[in-house]
Amino acid sequence: MKELLANPVLIKEIKLRFRNMKSFTGLFFYLMVMGIFVFGFINLTSSVTGGGFFRPAESFMLFSMLSYIQLGLILFITPGLTAGTISSEREKQTLNILLTTAQSSFQIIFGKLLSSIAFLLLLVVSGLPIYSMVFLYGGVAPSQIAVIFLFYFLTLLVIGSLGVMYSTLTRRTITSMIVTYGTTIFLTAVTGFFLILTVTLSGAAMGSGISPLSYFWASINPAVVLLTLLEPGFNDEISLATGIPLPLWVSYSIFYILIFIAAMWLSVSRLRVNMNKYR
Amino acid sequence: MIEIKGLTKKYGSFYALKNLNLTIEKGTVFGFVGANGAGKTTTFSILATLLQPTAGEAWINGFSISENPHEVRRQIGYMPDFFGVYDQLKTEEYLDFYGASYGLDAQQRKVLIPQLLELVNLAGKRYDYVDLLSRGMKQRLCLARALIHDPSILILDEPASGLDPRARVEMREILKELKAMGKTILISSHILPELAEMCDSLGVIDSGELVAHGSVQSIQERLQSEKVISVKLAGPLAEAVAFFENDPQVSQITENIEGRTVQFLYKGSDEDQLVLLRRTMASGLPVLSFSEEETDLEDIFMEITKGVETI
Repeated sequence: MKELLANPVLIKEIKLRFRNMKSFTGLFFYLMVMGIFVFGFINLTSSVTGGGFFRPAESFMLFSMLSYIQLGLILFITPGLTAGTISSEREKQTLNILLTTAQSSFQIIFGKLLSSIAFLLLLVVSGLPIYSMVFLYGGVAPSQIAVIFLFYFLTLLVIGSLGVMYSTLTRRTITSMIVTYGTTIFLTAVTGFFLILTVTLSGAAMGSGISPLSYFWASINPAVVLLTLLEPGFNDEISLATGIPLPLWVSYSIFYILIFIAAMWLSVSRLRVNMNKYR
Repeated sequence: MIEIKGLTKKYGSFYALKNLNLTIEKGTVFGFVGANGAGKTTTFSILATLLQPTAGEAWINGFSISENPHEVRRQIGYMPDFFGVYDQLKTEEYLDFYGASYGLDAQQRKVLIPQLLELVNLAGKRYDYVDLLSRGMKQRLCLARALIHDPSILILDEPASGLDPRARVEMREILKELKAMGKTILISSHILPELAEMCDSLGVIDSGELVAHGSVQSIQERLQSEKVISVKLAGPLAEAVAFFENDPQVSQITENIEGRTVQFLYKGSDEDQLVLLRRTMASGLPVLSFSEEETDLEDIFMEITKGVETI
């Protein structure tokens, strides 16, 4: 582990990232968006209900919305942070030198991914004090927060690895950005659309119950999986309707871990030319 | 030691490099000369394990580039013709990063970095940001970077390109120092005289093919089997051209009307040349001077590459 973290690329990337003013402004705006939302929500709710009350049920709703906002921000920021990791080195003409060093391809890719993930984790963790506002009003168990943070971690790890993969495979950062955002949109919006479509069609065809295909679309959609983590009852309903007892988060984890492994493998194997391939 | 056998790189039907065979002994400084696009960078990129050859093989200190590229990378210090630097990284940190990339521990890096900066005359720039250094300084820093893991072989692709004359001289001095340290250096340039004085041997590459290689002197001698003779005349040149054309040992006659000179390649011996001079005088041509031109390396390079084009 020590060897993994003593990765020169990782250390250099983190150093450069925190010398860059952009990182701090990014952090500032991230927290600002979350802060405005939480205080705005509390303010609105308590003024609507009158008398300045903020009940646990409302607190839970705030928590749910906050979780969605954070998921949205993660999905929005991760491609931007990772899709240029390798291609920008190529564009800046620093990649060739890096590739002739004694570092293994895995070390380079891992260092690049980990430095971006580290910054994303910083964003998520720096939002914790805002989350803690929710605890003031009750209604949410700390274990639930832990589960949701693990879910964030897996999601940003996978989207990040996809960004690094596209950045390795494409020559230009702009192409890599577009494809990474495209994949993120596919995993969230397009799967959501297919989910609605399959639920509607199977509902019409089978009367009651929905097709296992709906389960598949639901299980790879982070927004739906987050819903089952916030409202475990929703998961039971899906299991009942599709006849698949496996909780959505399990399928989600398996699917996303497989994507992660594939993306990392592709990035590592394609970073350098295979000198032996022509034989 | 570098051994190259049948190295070929093909893009479609275009040969960027064609059947290159070359052996560079340990401690030699080998200059690779050729026009832009001749195949120098292709060769260097393959040797640096950055480009896959279409055919052929190369060994760096006995390690095959195709079978053991990881070990090859440890053996070489590579400086590309175009390279960038990281923004917001200081000179010392830049070298520290690459030192760590070669697995040097912090203590080794601490000792090495000041020495390398001293070697490339950048000791005063240790805490300056790399992207703010001048082009010449960046080139020197890149050279220091290539040396950080103490490789026995240096592959330097146009290390002096884009530098002003002073920076070129500085670079040359550093390279001389490296040569004295016993490094095997493979260096390329499109300007031949720049290399001649520091190289033990030269290879001239044109359109992907090695057209000549050997010691600087042997290349010079090879071409000097044909001398360039200049004849200055007081009268019209046409008569002189007609006269020299009749000699079977004369080729490539050119007229310089303004300079009133006829120039040609002559492959005869010194005795033949004496006979030719006597015949010229006897023919009644208004000769002002008859002289053998000094050919420099630049001319040789032009001559060798021109010869290939006409084949």
